[in-house]
Amino acid sequence: MSQDPSHKENIPALDADGLSRRSFLRTSAVFTTGLAAIAAGLAPLRNLKDFTSMEQFVQKYYKELTPEDMEKVLKRIENEVEKQYGIRPHVRDLKPMDGVEYVYCLNLSRCIGCRKCVHACVAENNQSRNPEIQYIRVLKMTNGSFDMEKAEHDYDPAMVPEKGHFYMPVQCQQCHNPPCVKVCPVHATWQETDGITVIDYDWCIGCRYCEAACPYWARRFNFAKPSIPKERLNPNMAYLGNRPRKQGVMEKCHFCIQRTRAGRYPACVEVCPAGTRKFGNILDPNSEVSYILKNKRVFIQLKEELGTSPRFFYYFDV
Amino acid sequence: MITAIRNYFIFLLRCARIAFVGDWRYYAWMGTLTVFCILGLNAYAKQFANGLVVTGMSDQVSWGVYIANFTFLVGVAAAAVMMVIPVYIYDNEELHDLVIFGELLAVAAILMCLAFVTVDLGRPDRFWHLIPGLGQLNFPASMLSWDVIVLNGYLLLNVHICGYLLYSRYHGRKPARWFYIPFVFIAIFWAISIHTVTAFLYVGLGGRPFWNSAIIGPRFLASAFTAGPALIILALQVIRRVTKYNISDKALLTLRSIVQVSMIINVFLLVCEIFTEFYSGGLHVVSSKYLYLGFHGYHALVPWIWTAITFNLTAMVLLVLPVSRSLRWLNLTCMLCITGIWIEKGMGLVIPGFIPTPLGEMAEYSPSLNEALVCFGIWAFGLLCYTIFLRMAVPILQGNISKANEGEFLRTAAQQEVREPLS
Repeated sequence: MSQDPSHKENIPALDADGLSRRSFLRTSAVFTTGLAAIAAGLAPLRNLKDFTSMEQFVQKYYKELTPEDMEKVLKRIENEVEKQYGIRPHVRDLKPMDGVEYVYCLNLSRCIGCRKCVHACVAENNQSRNPEIQYIRVLKMTNGSFDMEKAEHDYDPAMVPEKGHFYMPVQCQQCHNPPCVKVCPVHATWQETDGITVIDYDWCIGCRYCEAACPYWARRFNFAKPSIPKERLNPNMAYLGNRPRKQGVMEKCHFCIQRTRAGRYPACVEVCPAGTRKFGNILDPNSEVSYILKNKRVFIQLKEELGTSPRFFYYFDV
Repeated sequence: MITAIRNYFIFLLRCARIAFVGDWRYYAWMGTLTVFCILGLNAYAKQFANGLVVTGMSDQVSWGVYIANFTFLVGVAAAAVMMVIPVYIYDNEELHDLVIFGELLAVAAILMCLAFVTVDLGRPDRFWHLIPGLGQLNFPASMLSWDVIVLNGYLLLNVHICGYLLYSRYHGRKPARWFYIPFVFIAIFWAISIHTVTAFLYVGLGGRPFWNSAIIGPRFLASAFTAGPALIILALQVIRRVTKYNISDKALLTLRSIVQVSMIINVFLLVCEIFTEFYSGGLHVVSSKYLYLGFHGYHALVPWIWTAITFNLTAMVLLVLPVSRSLRWLNLTCMLCITGIWIEKGMGLVIPGFIPTPLGEMAEYSPSLNEALVCFGIWAFGLLCYTIFLRMAVPILQGNISKANEGEFLRTAAQQEVREPLS
């Protein structure tokens, strides 16, 4: 541009070469600087450790895995956990049992708000301790009101229960019509035949649409790499259950799949000192939950008007 | 066939070359944008390594300014039709040659949209799970899967239309109508669909009363057709200033009437929404109370929304008055529209939907510095793309780069283009 255009026609070939060499040098200098700047910009990626592996990157969708594939996947997870925590876990892919549909009943007259269930859940399900992830949120409600907007979430008195209050623990309600499943763009979460809505942590893309869709605020996202002290790791794991999660994926209550599909109670049921929590198979007419739903007079399904139809029932001792 | 491919390749090569050529203003502008892009890239690399914990988002407010920008830009992209409709349906002469600038803006906006959703993902490495056939796209149940399809479809449509028209102009031949007119009409409906689908993303969530309202879709379209053409009015004036491309005031004023009508509808719909919320009360109103008035001592969004409302109302008054026929006032008005609507759709629509949480917990959100840097980076990237598109399109439309002078280019590739004026 610095040259007079009329001069252009007279440039001898040699000169033209010189010009392009100069412009070539200039262009390469610009490109080199650009590439160096981009490389410097990407430098934080050097801190990436165990983000993913080739095996995990190309792993197929849960429902498309053959039993042999699954065996390999479980081995991979066991190796990864052992490498990270120094403990060899036992990871299983437990399938739903025939003739079983789980239902949860929670007696609001009994809950004392001690939050033992919250902590038992964290320990059982290998939830991240830093940042802290908890599946159960206990609301402190004022007697006479069921308005959750007036509830207290971070109550911390010396003694529970407090006079004039009742407590309502909320966790995944395992809906019949789960909005979270509907909105997931990649089928990473679905409802199993025993009623448990599960998440494939190796398939979730971390868009958090399910978290926005859940009317019960039951889902938790791994905003950072989860950290669990080695000595606290629960080595009894399930693929769709409590195996350690990765950064950037969703998780939530799954009725302790690693226990319940092996015939045990969820950790929160077992730990509750007040007998608030009841769990069982609604298809079995002799189960405790069948008895409760047949004989108690008042139940509440949270936000019943939304049509989600939870498998989680709140009841009173009347 | 081989000649055709060769010709097309030379065309692309010349387009690519011209993007690197300009006067000092061009280099300064592009250099600044590149610096912001790299800062954004750096911020994103930090986020990629450490997780979304470096943003201001939480389990309580799980979408933030990324999704807010995404929503706004889908609107900008959709608004390109507001230039296409007058031209292709009403045969408006003034806008005819300018449509392509609107469509190129749509392409840049969609690229930014795709960037904004990508940075919002916790596991961007698993994006392939979204690819139909390869992954498990949950279509048609998930509105997000609809969004993936309509956004990419819209991108392809606009790239095809712009690319074909420019290539025809390059060859100096009349574009074959059958090869682009049907796509133009598909793109008109498609544009409406991208913003409707984006609205349905929110509207379809029964557990979020603030979003679960049928008026969100129409409001999205009205605000998009305000902010989009306002942005195009400003862009056209920049083009007119830095190039010799002739853009008439009349064209700008045609766009002004579109902004005018859309803004009036937008404000009307806002009034409808506010009335329904506050007059009837009930559960629905808590988020709105938090947004407009503050709630139990939480009021982070109150200054934002009142700024937006003030801007929108001022813009509406200015648009109705004849004073906005003068370009200086029109530009001010456009700035007010764009800022007002950006706030209204971002901080004013996405964030309050999460507050309070479905369990009634109050938790506020404000973007972190790292998050803001990523956003600036993506905006800079979008502007960079748009500038490059215009840098290529303007000389082609003016005939400065054409098949006719291709030989010259091939002979003296290096010098020829350097001398090409920035017109």
